[in-house]
Amino acid sequence: MRGNAEAHELIAPGSLDAALDLLADEPGEWTPIAGGTELMVAHAAGGLNAKRLMSLWGIPALRFIETTPGNIVIGACTTFRDLRDNGAVADDLHLLAKAASWIGSIANQSRATVGGNLVNGSPAADSSPALLVYDAEIELASVRGKRRVPYTEFHTGYKRTVLEKDELVYAIHLPRRFARHRQYLRKVGTRRAMAISKVALAANALIEDGSVREIRLAAASLAAFPARLYRAEDAVCGGAVSPEVIQAARRALLAEVVPIDDIRSTADYRKCVAANLLEEFLVSLKTEGPQ
Amino acid sequence: MNAGWPAIEFVVNGETRNVHVPPMKRLLDVLREDLHLTGSKEGCGEGECGSCSVRMNGELVNSCLVPVLQAQGACIQTVEGLACDGELHPLQQAFLHCGGAQCGICTPGMLMAAAQLLANNPRPTVAEIREGLAGNLCRCTGFKRIFDSVLSAAAQTEIPMASETHAR
Repeated sequence: MRGNAEAHELIAPGSLDAALDLLADEPGEWTPIAGGTELMVAHAAGGLNAKRLMSLWGIPALRFIETTPGNIVIGACTTFRDLRDNGAVADDLHLLAKAASWIGSIANQSRATVGGNLVNGSPAADSSPALLVYDAEIELASVRGKRRVPYTEFHTGYKRTVLEKDELVYAIHLPRRFARHRQYLRKVGTRRAMAISKVALAANALIEDGSVREIRLAAASLAAFPARLYRAEDAVCGGAVSPEVIQAARRALLAEVVPIDDIRSTADYRKCVAANLLEEFLVSLKTEGPQ
Repeated sequence: MNAGWPAIEFVVNGETRNVHVPPMKRLLDVLREDLHLTGSKEGCGEGECGSCSVRMNGELVNSCLVPVLQAQGACIQTVEGLACDGELHPLQQAFLHCGGAQCGICTPGMLMAAAQLLANNPRPTVAEIREGLAGNLCRCTGFKRIFDSVLSAAAQTEIPMASETHAR
């Protein structure tokens, strides 16, 4: 069934304040739409449930990348194209730049926004593993003010988040402290462009004196929402990377992930590939020696 | 056109256009049905195939995923805007010369993706062409000749850049 454009209202509040006022006046009534790469797909298929939408596209207060000595702050309506083109992101958050370059195609990257990727809440979201290993904080805005939540606490279930009905994602805060970390991101999908991931793993680790001082692992498509792999991290952190540690980390990962069978892959395949990706990263730490 | 809908104004191929349509109407449908610019095609209707690719404010977009309200004030270039004064664009000439078009459904999108690529990168490598066109599917499996066409166009000395072909 085709979507009917006349069945949906769409307005452009034009500013962040006007958008927040609308959300506050009629909580739950308005569905924000940014680049449309998710909602317009549902619309075309006749599956868009939202009847009243408000466009966040073209609001300058939501599309920015601010760089300070300690942080990079990314506005919610920053596109993946913007992320790819930004020098600070490429230098300090190169896993995020890499993830941005893999999302959909050029035409999708010029419209899809990082805030939309988070709010949509897909377990397979391409930007999420990188944001998780970079200790992202999500800044939410409403007429009541702004608040920040660690990204690790943003998703609360399949396609569910901590966003209240009168809130928007305003920005993503990322500390610039990973220049010395070893970094890794790999996505496994059917093909390079357009494919939704079967499994994706992001990782970073700080190696000092041959020991793993810090490690962060985060995955997409291995649970109901993108998440850190804390048990696998614990299996590695604090010591040298040995074959025994790698095996322990594989076991820990397999014990904490809960992938599903779906049209893109099977749970067994996802588990096997995820453990192999983890091993690939850990082996790279071992063979390259301390920095 | 229904005068009950508020006017949405944008520039298409250098010409200012006004439409009175539902704001959630897809830009693709407005181009084809209201402005009778039927060069842009609908393939998948979900942003996967690139047949509906147009350039909007200097960026490549899938027009099937753009609610027309978000095109308010934009400068849009469709495949109809590539040729200039009756002269085919070098990319169009190259597609003809190299056999880059078969059934033709993907061709307008391929041309717009290629135009976007060359505007930012006038001398792309084959790898860069493959990435630039990765969101455009050809069901005739003519990718090799399409990539050859883009290479051929890029090899010419005078490629019109975005500022020349794209209304500002």
